[in-house]
Amino acid sequence: MNYQFQFEFTPDDWAMLLDGAFRTLLYSSLGMVVGLSVGIVGAVWRNSHVRLLRVIAGSYVEFVRNTPLLIQLLLVFFGLPALGVRLSADQAAIVALTFNFGAYATEIVRAGIEAVPRGQIEAGQAMGLTWFEIFRHIVILPGIERVYPALISQFTLLMLGSSIASAIGANELTSAANAIQSRNFRSFEVYTVATFAYLGLTLLFRMGFHWLGYVIFPRRRVIGIAATKVR
Amino acid sequence: MRDFGLVDVGLLLQAARWTVLLSLLAFVGGGILGAIITLMRISRFALLRTIAGGYILLLQGTPLLMQIFLAYFGLGLLGVDLPPVMAAGLAFTTYAGAFFAEIWRGTIESIPKPQWEGAASLGLNRFEQLYYVIIPQAARIALAPTVGFLVQIVKNTSLAALIGFTDLARASQLINNVTFQPFHVFGVAAAIYFALCYPISLLARSFERRLHVGR
Repeated sequence: MNYQFQFEFTPDDWAMLLDGAFRTLLYSSLGMVVGLSVGIVGAVWRNSHVRLLRVIAGSYVEFVRNTPLLIQLLLVFFGLPALGVRLSADQAAIVALTFNFGAYATEIVRAGIEAVPRGQIEAGQAMGLTWFEIFRHIVILPGIERVYPALISQFTLLMLGSSIASAIGANELTSAANAIQSRNFRSFEVYTVATFAYLGLTLLFRMGFHWLGYVIFPRRRVIGIAATKVR
Repeated sequence: MRDFGLVDVGLLLQAARWTVLLSLLAFVGGGILGAIITLMRISRFALLRTIAGGYILLLQGTPLLMQIFLAYFGLGLLGVDLPPVMAAGLAFTTYAGAFFAEIWRGTIESIPKPQWEGAASLGLNRFEQLYYVIIPQAARIALAPTVGFLVQIVKNTSLAALIGFTDLARASQLINNVTFQPFHVFGVAAAIYFALCYPISLLARSFERRLHVGR
């Protein structure tokens, strides 16, 4: 093999990659925050007494989980304009990522909610808490705390999956790599750099959310310390 | 320009055969590779464990799309002129191998340690312990997540469209370029993917339920 690997890109290229990485982070974070809100609503709907809400939330989850993200992106980007909603590639990417994450979040949050013991809710009622107070302090926060690891790994998958948004020309890390390799023809090198950038983002996420978990859920800190002591 | 009609649905269904083929390739190849990585991951030699752990981290920590691009362009550099289906097959095998290894390691580790010790006290060597005692129990637990991951594989084969492999996703893009009726075209494509994936999802769920009843 007489091929010279060449990892020397122009400063412009590096700036593009950095910008792409930032946008990847931004779009997937937006997808996560909004998607989690969708997920909480979806989880409540799935356990609702109203049959219609259960059916809507159930079909939403099944549709998203059984079709590829690429097709969902194409539907949003090309399909919505046919209905009169015009979105830029970046907006379409954010919408599709949110739509996708929302369904997985629904399932994860639902599992967390269902794991809350019935007696705790009854205890809350006995103490005279309002419906909303019970929901917030007894159902949602402890429920999410229980499924926090699953939520984080799904979020990592979302961030990695956002690379598919390059297929509709959204400006993120993979499209930056695509643009650079079409200029300098060093496709292997460019994609290698981009791959390690994604790996870096993944590791950053894992550490960041591990730390964030202790901040959001103070109880987790106490349980975590107790668990290590037992061991 | 022409209208989206039954002919196009037929074309999409034909393209779906490639999606099925690529999924099977990934499932079989990934299964074999995954078994090897699992064995390395639970090995008594730290070096093998580290290699397998690094492999899993690398493959699970990077986008599948990048892996496909690297397989496609990287092999081209090596002078191997592979058609997209082989490059995609290779990428999916390495990808699925990492996920299978992680699933199966988890199930093997969920088997209580005394099972290993009991088998050892019967004079079985480490391989026999694994083969006769651990795997039969772990396989029951692993069934549901393994089938569940098959859904991920079928969905993810759509990414092969981006290196020019004419599977269901790419066929729908091509037909959309001719008809420009995106809602119909991608709607039908989504329906075909759904028809492929949903039965597998249901199967995985029923395995899961059966497992919980067994306990």
